[in-house]
Amino acid sequence: MLLFRLKRTLKLGIKSLWMHRLRSTLTTLGIIFGVCSVIAMLAIGEGASREAQESIARLGSTNLIIETVRPPEEQTDTGNVETVKSYGLTYADAESIRNTIPNVDVAVPIREIDQEARYLNRKVAIKIVGTIPWYTEISPIRLMRGRFLSSTDLHHQLAVCVIDDQVGRKLFAFDDPLGLDVKIYGGYYRVVGIVTRAATGKTTDGFDRGPAVVSGDSGGVVGNIYIPLTTAKSRFTELTASFSGGSQSVERVELQKIIVKVTSNRQVLQMRDIIDTLLNHIHDKQDYQIVVPLELLRAAARTRRIFSIVLGSIAAISLLVGGIGIMNIMLATVSERTREIGIRRALGARKRDIIVQFLSETLLLTLLGGVLGIILGSIIPSLVTHFGHMPTIITGGSLVLAFGVSAAIGITFGLYPACRAANMDPIESLRHE
Amino acid sequence: MAVVHIEKLCKTYQLGLVQLSALCDVDLEIEQGRYIAVMGPSGSGKSTLLNLLGCLDRPTSGRYRLSGEDVSTLDDDQLSLIRGKRIGFIFQSYNLIGQLNVIENIELPMFYQGFSEQASARRAGELATMVGLGDRLKHKPSELSGGQQQRVAIARALANDPVMILADEPTGNLDSASGAEILSVLNALHQQGKTLIIVTHDTEIAARAQRIIHLLDGRVEREIHNGA
Repeated sequence: MLLFRLKRTLKLGIKSLWMHRLRSTLTTLGIIFGVCSVIAMLAIGEGASREAQESIARLGSTNLIIETVRPPEEQTDTGNVETVKSYGLTYADAESIRNTIPNVDVAVPIREIDQEARYLNRKVAIKIVGTIPWYTEISPIRLMRGRFLSSTDLHHQLAVCVIDDQVGRKLFAFDDPLGLDVKIYGGYYRVVGIVTRAATGKTTDGFDRGPAVVSGDSGGVVGNIYIPLTTAKSRFTELTASFSGGSQSVERVELQKIIVKVTSNRQVLQMRDIIDTLLNHIHDKQDYQIVVPLELLRAAARTRRIFSIVLGSIAAISLLVGGIGIMNIMLATVSERTREIGIRRALGARKRDIIVQFLSETLLLTLLGGVLGIILGSIIPSLVTHFGHMPTIITGGSLVLAFGVSAAIGITFGLYPACRAANMDPIESLRHE
Repeated sequence: MAVVHIEKLCKTYQLGLVQLSALCDVDLEIEQGRYIAVMGPSGSGKSTLLNLLGCLDRPTSGRYRLSGEDVSTLDDDQLSLIRGKRIGFIFQSYNLIGQLNVIENIELPMFYQGFSEQASARRAGELATMVGLGDRLKHKPSELSGGQQQRVAIARALANDPVMILADEPTGNLDSASGAEILSVLNALHQQGKTLIIVTHDTEIAARAQRIIHLLDGRVEREIHNGA
C-alpha cells in the first residue's frame, strides 16, 4: 500500500514535470551547475593540495634539508674589486653533524654543479650531483638497472656516474647507456647505473614534477648525473665567478646541501633546533637554512583546508541560487495547479498528502539535478586535467556531500511552496480558474 | 436514520467590515436514499449549503450531523477523511485532473483512503464500466466529450461508496442529450438507494426529485415534496 502510494506520487510527479519539460529543465540546470561546481571545485582543490603534499612528501617527512644560502651582503668591502667570498655548508659541517648529533640515520652531503654532458654529437644540460652512496636513503630515486655509487667509487675517486633515465633517453637515444662513457667538462665518466624518480603513492596524473630532492632552479636541465662526492671535489672547482654592477665577484661554496635523515618523524623538529645550534656555532654568517618537509606538509594541510573552504563556499552559493530558482518555480507550479489542489482536497486528500505530493516533485527535480550534476561534475575535472594540466581528485566525500546538499535544498526550498499549496482553502481552490 | 441532520446552521463571511450572512438558521433533515434538489437564485446560499454539506467548510454556528456524527467541530484532517469516505462530489465543470487518465481519476479517492493498487484498479474498472466507459480507461479527460467526462466524475464520486452524493449543477455545462444521459445515470444511482443532493437551476431536473428545497437569501424559502 505504501509502495503503491510512493509509486503513484512519483509517477504523478514525473508526469507533471514532464508536462513542463522546458521549465523543469531550466530549473534543474540551477541544481546541476551547483552540484557540478561543488564537485569540480573540490576535485581541483583536492588535486592541487595532493600535488603539493606529494611533492613535499617526496622530500621525506623524516628528512631535514640544510641548504646553502647566500649570506646577506655586507658593506665592508675594502675597495678590493676582486674578492673570493666563501660561504655555505662545508665538508666539515657534514662531518660534525654525522659525528656529534645522535639519532641521525644518515647525513648526506650534496654538491651540485650545472654542466653539459656529451655523448657522441649529442649534448644536454644536466646537473651533476656529487654525493655519497647513502643518497638513496634520503631520496625517493629507484634503481632501474646497474648499481648506485659505492664506497669503493667514493674511496678511489673513480670516474663513474649514475644517470637519470631521462638523461639516458636524451643522451644515448637507442644505445644502452650502461658501460658507455659520458663526457662532462673534459672528463669521461662511465655509466654504472640508471635510476628513476619513483612516484610515491598513486597519482591520477602522469605529470613530471621536476627533479626530486635536488630541485632548485633547473632551467633547461634534463636531469641529474650522480657522481662520487670525492670525484666531484677533485675534478670541479668550488669557485663560481659572477659579474654584477661592473665588479667581478668570485664565490666559493663547498656543498649546496646536506640532507639529514632521522629515525622517526617525531624527532624532526627537535633535530632542527639541535642542528641549528651546532651550525650557528660553526658559522659566523647566516649562510644556511634548514628546511623541514614535515613542517611544509603541515602548512600545506592548512592551506588545503582554507582552499577547500573557499572553493566549497563559492560552490555552495551557486547551489543556493539553484535552490532559490527551484522554490520560485515550485511557487509558480502551485499557483498554476490551485484547482487540482482543490479537487484533491475535495476527494479526501489531507494537507499532508498535498505537501508530500509537491515536496516529492521538488525532490525529484533536485535529485535529478544532483545526479546529472554529479555526472557532469565528474567529467569536468578530467577535462581540467586533460586541457589545463592540473591534477584533480574526485573524492567520494564530495559526491556524497553534493548529493546530500542538493537533497537538502530540495526539501528546504520545496517545503514552503508545498505548505502553501496545502494551506489553500479547498473552496477557493475549486473556484480558481 | 437521517443521513443529514442540520439544526440552526449559520454561515457568515467577513467581507472587510461587512458581515455577510450566506446561510441563516437552516434546519434540514434528509433521510437515507432520498433524491433532493436544491434550487434558488444565485447568491441564495446554494453553494454555501453544498460546501457545508460536503464538509468543505465549517459552519459559523449550528450543528451538522452526518450519519449521526457531529462534524461541525472536526479538524481539517478529520474533515478530509469524511470527504474521502462518505461524500461523493460531482461538479458542474467535471473537475477531472487533466494529467491523469480515466482509471487514475476514478482511483483518486481510493488512493487517499489507502486502497491497494489491485483493489483500486479493479474497482475503478468496474465503476468505469458501470458508467459506460469500460473501453476508454486509458483516455485523458481532454480526449473525452463533456458527457463522458461527467460520467468519469460520477464514477469517481462513487469510488469509496459514499453515503451521500452532492452534485453541483451536474448538467450545467452539457448539451441536452448528454445532460439527459447524466440524469439517467443519477436516477439509476437513486434507484440503487444512494442519497442524492443536486443543486440546479433547471426545474425539469428538480421535477425528478422527491423533494425540492428552495433557498432565498440564505434561508429555506419553501419545500416541495413530490409525491413519493
